[in-house]
Parts: sequence; C-alpha cells; structure tokens
Amino acid sequence: MVQIETKDLNFYYGQVQALRNINIAMEKNSVTAFIGPSGCGKSTLLRLFNRMNDLIDGSRIEGKVMIEGADIYARNVNVEDLRKKVGMVFQKPNPFPKSIFENVAYGLRVNGISSRSEIEGIVEASLQSAALWSEVKDKLNKSALQLSGGQQQRLCIARALAVAPSILLMDEPASALDPISTSKIEELIFELKKQYTIVIVTHSMQQAARVSDRTAFFYMGVMVEFDDTTTIFTNPKEERTLNYVTGRFG
Amino acid sequence: MADTKRIKQSIYFWIFRAMSMMVVFILVAILYFIVSRGIGVINWDFLTKSPEEGMVKGGIFPAIVGTLCLIAGSLIFAFPVGVFSAIYLNEYMKKGRVKSFLQLMTNNLAGVPSVVFGLFGMALFVNKLKFGDSIIAGSLTLGLLVLPVIIRTTEEALKAVDDNYRLASYAMGASKLYTIKKVILPIALPDIITGLILSIGRVSGETAPILFTVAAYFLPKLPHSIFDQVMALPYHLYVLATSGTNIEEARPVAFGTALVLVMIVLFTNIIANVVRAYYNKKYKK
Repeated sequence: MVQIETKDLNFYYGQVQALRNINIAMEKNSVTAFIGPSGCGKSTLLRLFNRMNDLIDGSRIEGKVMIEGADIYARNVNVEDLRKKVGMVFQKPNPFPKSIFENVAYGLRVNGISSRSEIEGIVEASLQSAALWSEVKDKLNKSALQLSGGQQQRLCIARALAVAPSILLMDEPASALDPISTSKIEELIFELKKQYTIVIVTHSMQQAARVSDRTAFFYMGVMVEFDDTTTIFTNPKEERTLNYVTGRFG
Repeated sequence: MADTKRIKQSIYFWIFRAMSMMVVFILVAILYFIVSRGIGVINWDFLTKSPEEGMVKGGIFPAIVGTLCLIAGSLIFAFPVGVFSAIYLNEYMKKGRVKSFLQLMTNNLAGVPSVVFGLFGMALFVNKLKFGDSIIAGSLTLGLLVLPVIIRTTEEALKAVDDNYRLASYAMGASKLYTIKKVILPIALPDIITGLILSIGRVSGETAPILFTVAAYFLPKLPHSIFDQVMALPYHLYVLATSGTNIEEARPVAFGTALVLVMIVLFTNIIANVVRAYYNKKYKK
C-alpha cells in the first residue's frame, strides 16, 4: 500500500526552484533513503511531507503531496493534525531543556492528554521503542541535556513516537553522532520499520545501503533515480547515479 | 619584530584589563561614598517614621513606601505590555519594513529624555485623563519610560532561543501559541528577568518623570488609594539636596535616603538574580 506519494511536485524558495517535477511513491512500513549532494533538494522534499516548509517566508509549492491518498496541501487540512501523524527527527539532536520524562510527554500534553498514568505508560513504551528505556529509566526526572548526543537523538525519536505517528521523517539523524551511536540509530530504524513508514535523508551512502529498502538519488532538484536500494548501489540505470554512489562526485 | 608584537599585545591586554577594573572601582567608590556618609543616620526610626522638623529629623518611611508603590505600579503596567509586544515582534512578525519601523521606534522611545516623559505624563494622565498627581499617573509615566527596555531585552531573550526548539515543537503538532507558552518562554525567562531587573533600577531612580505626575514635596502620611500622591526617594533626595529649609543640616538625611534607595535597587537585583539563577539551573544541569 502506498503511504506517501507526490504528483508533479515543484517547489520554490522565492525565485529559486528547489524541486523539479518530483513523482515518487513510498510503501507503508518501508524505509526509503534520500541521497544526493548538498543542495540537491532531498531535505526540502522531506520537509514537504509534514509541511515544515510552510514556516519559510516566500516558499511556494505546485503539484500534490498525498499521504494515505489525501492531499496534505488541500485547504481544509489541519497542519497540526498532519504533524502528529507525520513525526520528524532532526539532524541536530534537539531535546527541550526539560526533564527526560517531560520531553517524551510533550507531544502528549500537546494532544491534551492529562491522565498521569496514561502519560507514564506511553512515555515508557516510547522510550522502549527508541531503545533508550534501560539507559534512562532511573533518571527520568533529570535534564535531557545531560544525555550523550546519541542518547539525545534516541530521546528525540522517542518524543516523536509518543504521539503515535504512522510516518517518521529523519533528516540526517546520525550525522552529528559517533559511529557507535550511529549504529544504534540504524538498528533502531530496522526495528521501527515494522510499525512505521520511514523516510531518511542521509549523506552517508553506507547508511542508505544498510538501512533502506528503496533509495532515491537527487541532483539539482531533480529525482534522478528511484529504485530498490540494491539496484541503486549495484546496478543503477543512470550514469549520474553510478558516479555518485561510486564516489566520483558529490 | 616578535618582541614589538608581544609588547603591543600586552599593552592592549592591560588597557582592556584596566578599563574593566575601572568599572568595578567606580561602583565601589560610589557605594563607599554613600554608605560611609549615610550609614550613620540609618536606624529603625529612620526607616519607619515620617520626616520631621523641616525634614532634617525623623525618617523617610513615606518616601520608601511611595517608591515601592511606583516600582510595583509601573511594572504591573509595563511588564505585560512589554513582554507581549516583544512576543509579537519576535515570534509573529515577518521580517520587513513594518518590523524594522517598529523596532526603530522602540529604540527611539528608549532615547527620549525622561523629563519629556514627565511632561507627557502630566499632559495625558494628570490633566487629560484627570488622574491628578497620583500613584497611577506616576506609575503609568514610569511604565512608558521602561517599556522600551523591557521590549528590547525580551526581544533579545526570545531571539536567543535556538530555532531548533521551535521546529521540534511544531513538528510534534504543537500550535504556535502552545510552543511559545511551553517551550520558548520558559527558556527565555532568565533573560527576560534581566530586563525586569534593569527596569526596577530605572524606575526606582528616575526623578523627572515623577516630578509633575506624582511626587509630593512633603506628605507625612501613607497613600490610601492609587489616586493619592506619594513622596518618593529620588525626589525626596533632590528636595533635601537643593530646596529644603536647611540644606546643610539635612545633608546626613540626604545620604541616608540615597543609601536606602541604593539598597532597594541592590536588593531587588539580588532577588531577581536568584530567580534567574534558579531558572537557569532548573534544567541545564
């Protein structure tokens, strides 16, 4: 079943066209990696899926973005509801300067859940899902800023999971982390795809090859190629893709 | 060559160091000057009695109460107005001419001499709105005076909040208002309190804005409502130093008054700094 789909998508920052005629469809419970050199539009496309680009003055979109068959840029769409369904993890771990518990509970409070036992249950479950529970269960009331970078990023994943999204967008989630933390995040992605549809932007081709089912290669705002990850890395159809994945440019 | 470079380095180092030390020295000198001359008259009666015998005897209790009323009154007005304006400016307004214009005007307002605020306050609050010389007229005038200070410090405090926190909150489906209330303001609070500290110092020390709007030359009783006049420390000091019945004899009382004024400001600063430190520490370690 197709979960995310774009149709003839163009996107502009002011006069600059950042995405050109993107048509892509992502299956439910799959991991899709977006790769390509800096400025190729991969992060821009990711941020269109939860309408984070709305926040940028002078940006403009043409075409359609469909999530579960519904156009998320239609006039009657509530952006806040959309973002509860489409969670996001950012490049730089950005836990709030609150306690570990309050970080995960934040989205629940946003949703108006106030029952203490309900919140505690979901916080624990979310931390379990993010493979962080055993490390933090004795210090839930400590500041999230005390955690290591890798733990902070898993906390951000737990925070995103707490509001029960069906899609998880990850914008270079491991680029600020050390190799051990990175491999933990990658293992986590592998676990999470059983329940979530994941789209991950990454600069690391090894990471794309390790975690994703399908890979899209972007260059200068164009989606050059989109195929099974093994095909992209072993037998791409386009020469530009081959040059990029073999490290000849980018 | 290397030697001249090193000498130059060290000359500048000492200039920087000397200047920063000088600031400390100036503050210590002022405090010493006031404390050494004022401490002699400070006692329980001085703090709790009204002025007597042409203001050369007795205490300054009405002026202390008056100044505290004016601090409270002006901040009740200026703090919400200032913080709300700053939130609008920083969180809601898009970059552009209107925003630049508003910021420019805020800066200009900060540059208006305080005596002009006094005249304006007299014209608007005392005469036009018929509050008369009163706590409310004086508080509103002082409030206008510190409004730009509060707006600017709050704006800077909000600007210093990392955008990643805003993005994280929006990405969770939080509304703008919820994000401001639950994420941005708590982070910015310590710095917003700094603005409040500056405002308290400013409000308690200004003489010109209260001259035509609230301050009484001699009023040995306490106010009963916000429409009463009060004595105030800075004006009382001015009176004692320039136009009392016996200036020479009133001099110790004047220094005592100055000392109390400085103590009030220092004390509020310390309280505000404790609050600031508390919020800073709450989650950062």
